[in-house]
Amino acid sequence: MQERVELSHRQINQELLAANLKGPRWWWLLVPALVLVVMGAASAAGYMYNRGLGVTGLNRPIFWGIFIVNFVFWIGISHAGVMLSAILRLSHAEWRRPATRAAELLTVFSLMTAAMFPGIIHPGRPWRIYWTFPFDFSRGIWPDVRSALIWDPSAIFTYLTGSTLFVIIALIPDMAVLRDRTTGVKHVIYRFLSLGWRGTPRQWKLQIVAGILLSALLLPVFVSVHSIVSWDFGMAVSVEGWHATIFAPYFVIGAVLSGVAAVVTMMALMRWAFHWEHYIRPEHFDALGRLLIAIALGWFFFFSLEFMFGLYSLEGPEVSLRQMQMFQMPWGALFITFITTAFFIPITLWQFKRVRRNILLMFLISILVNIGMWLERFLIVVPGLMRKQPLTFVWGGYTPSPVEITLVVASFIFVALMVLLFAKVFPLIPLFDIKEGQVLKDEVQVGRVRVPAVMREE
Amino acid sequence: MTTERPRHKWGMVVDIDRCTGCEACVVACESENNEPISEEGHFLQRRAMEWIHVQRYWEGEFPEVKARFIPVLCQHCENAPCEPVCPVYATYHNNEGLNVQVYNRCVGTRYCANNCPYQVRFFNHWEPVWPESLRNQLNSDVTVRSRGIMEKCTFCVQRIRRAERQAAQDGRELKDMEFQPACAQACPTSALVFGDLNNQDSKVSRMAKDQRHYKLLEELGTGPNVIYLKKVDVNAHA
Repeated sequence: MQERVELSHRQINQELLAANLKGPRWWWLLVPALVLVVMGAASAAGYMYNRGLGVTGLNRPIFWGIFIVNFVFWIGISHAGVMLSAILRLSHAEWRRPATRAAELLTVFSLMTAAMFPGIIHPGRPWRIYWTFPFDFSRGIWPDVRSALIWDPSAIFTYLTGSTLFVIIALIPDMAVLRDRTTGVKHVIYRFLSLGWRGTPRQWKLQIVAGILLSALLLPVFVSVHSIVSWDFGMAVSVEGWHATIFAPYFVIGAVLSGVAAVVTMMALMRWAFHWEHYIRPEHFDALGRLLIAIALGWFFFFSLEFMFGLYSLEGPEVSLRQMQMFQMPWGALFITFITTAFFIPITLWQFKRVRRNILLMFLISILVNIGMWLERFLIVVPGLMRKQPLTFVWGGYTPSPVEITLVVASFIFVALMVLLFAKVFPLIPLFDIKEGQVLKDEVQVGRVRVPAVMREE
Repeated sequence: MTTERPRHKWGMVVDIDRCTGCEACVVACESENNEPISEEGHFLQRRAMEWIHVQRYWEGEFPEVKARFIPVLCQHCENAPCEPVCPVYATYHNNEGLNVQVYNRCVGTRYCANNCPYQVRFFNHWEPVWPESLRNQLNSDVTVRSRGIMEKCTFCVQRIRRAERQAAQDGRELKDMEFQPACAQACPTSALVFGDLNNQDSKVSRMAKDQRHYKLLEELGTGPNVIYLKKVDVNAHA
């Protein structure tokens, strides 16, 4: 599967550092535009703080709306990083090299975005949200550890700290390369960031050990984060559509599906934007496509289980909820869109190698998957609240308000902006990793053919 | 931590047979507890503040159709689903059987409202405002809640405390039916009766033993302290 592209170290440096040292011209047009959009959204949030949550479409009984949907969605995307970086690193998947940093960045920035939603946008009094942190402030009240909302901040911040460290560890050798190629203020900054990296064998050893250790340590955190987010719903005993024990594994695998699809989107964009055809090649999309088939099938298994467990009890509110989800407009239309875009279309197309190697098609499919996964969360959060219990008098509906839609759309712009800002200062593809791949590659004679292989010290 | 045995277990009996759906309890509750006036727009947005509200159900097919009314208020569950989900202990159970809401602690996650099966928790979407003519109408015993926090029926805890203080001052025990929450006081048909369920001789305890008694969504195991008495259907085929 490994296709060989011969690249000299000089060429790798020049091509991958072009964005940092010279910078494409479109960057200076795009970034201010995105900053404007994010500032617009910030003023929408300011308007909401000023007037109260009345400016949203939230009501009784829909107390959680698309803010929470978006929170769960971004938490899902954040599962890309560890999935690709840690699992593929530990399993020595050679094709991971150009994808790791993109995936880790997606983790860090989407986690930051996700944390904003329950942290400063969704609560009624966001200025007091630090009260949910497990820290006894002067008020002398310890938070209630029975509540899933206490575990959320702990899990998210552990994951954020771990994955940020992961990015930094992998950045150090690249910082040293940039340090040696810059002058003036830039040089001072990169010298500081490279933490005295000289490339001695001891430093390399420490860097590799740190990377592997962090990969292994982040794996349980990765599973716990989305399990805990799913418990926000699973622990809600009174909401029929939420109260399911299957939610933790179901959410985790759904998160991996949307996260890996987001990495495909990001890699296609990186290839087009920075002309990195030598690094991000069809074979990478091919490999990601195969990985996605496995993940999507696993996700579908849990999805079916969740649906079946719900209907199996034949409880009135649960059945009425499922009926509404599938057959009532607009929920039925959303449900069909969700299941076709998140599962049936991609899983069919990914069977074909021609599709997996077509970057434009993979880009479009990956976006479809994430549209479906966003709708999936929407169909869990909102209909569950609409048909909570048999007291039909208080059943309700929900239409998101312009303020909510603005903030949700802006969250996507915000992640794009953060990645672009990062791309200006740091290389988006790890140079040392690519060089390592070039050094380690080998060919093995198998029968009459020569097969690409990788040398590795064990 | 108090080791004293709880003396009271406040509860209410709602006799559906007596309820006419007049909503006097709703108005009494709103004026006693400083709830903002619910206007048409609030109802259309489904954000009306009614700590007690009368649910109306239609029974039968036209023309044999009957309106059924159930006043629903916070059930002050013994095993309340809203309590363990609050991250900041803004809602908890006190030792008198009351489900208490601490406005100052609330950060507005609204998780409690999601987890309430009876849908009797209310969120302040806006800063509450009253018409100029009602400025002096606010009850000085009750906090005016700001926007961004949850609120709900307290069983008129201010009236309980006032009666307790009065009894302590007079050096006597609290008497049964000495005081009633606003809704029960306003009910023209006495469909709502409030009292101490620990006191076997209280009116509420005697009524709760009626054979018509049931609890709302009892199968959920929330253990409500509000007991309903079934409607007597005169046309029922015995």
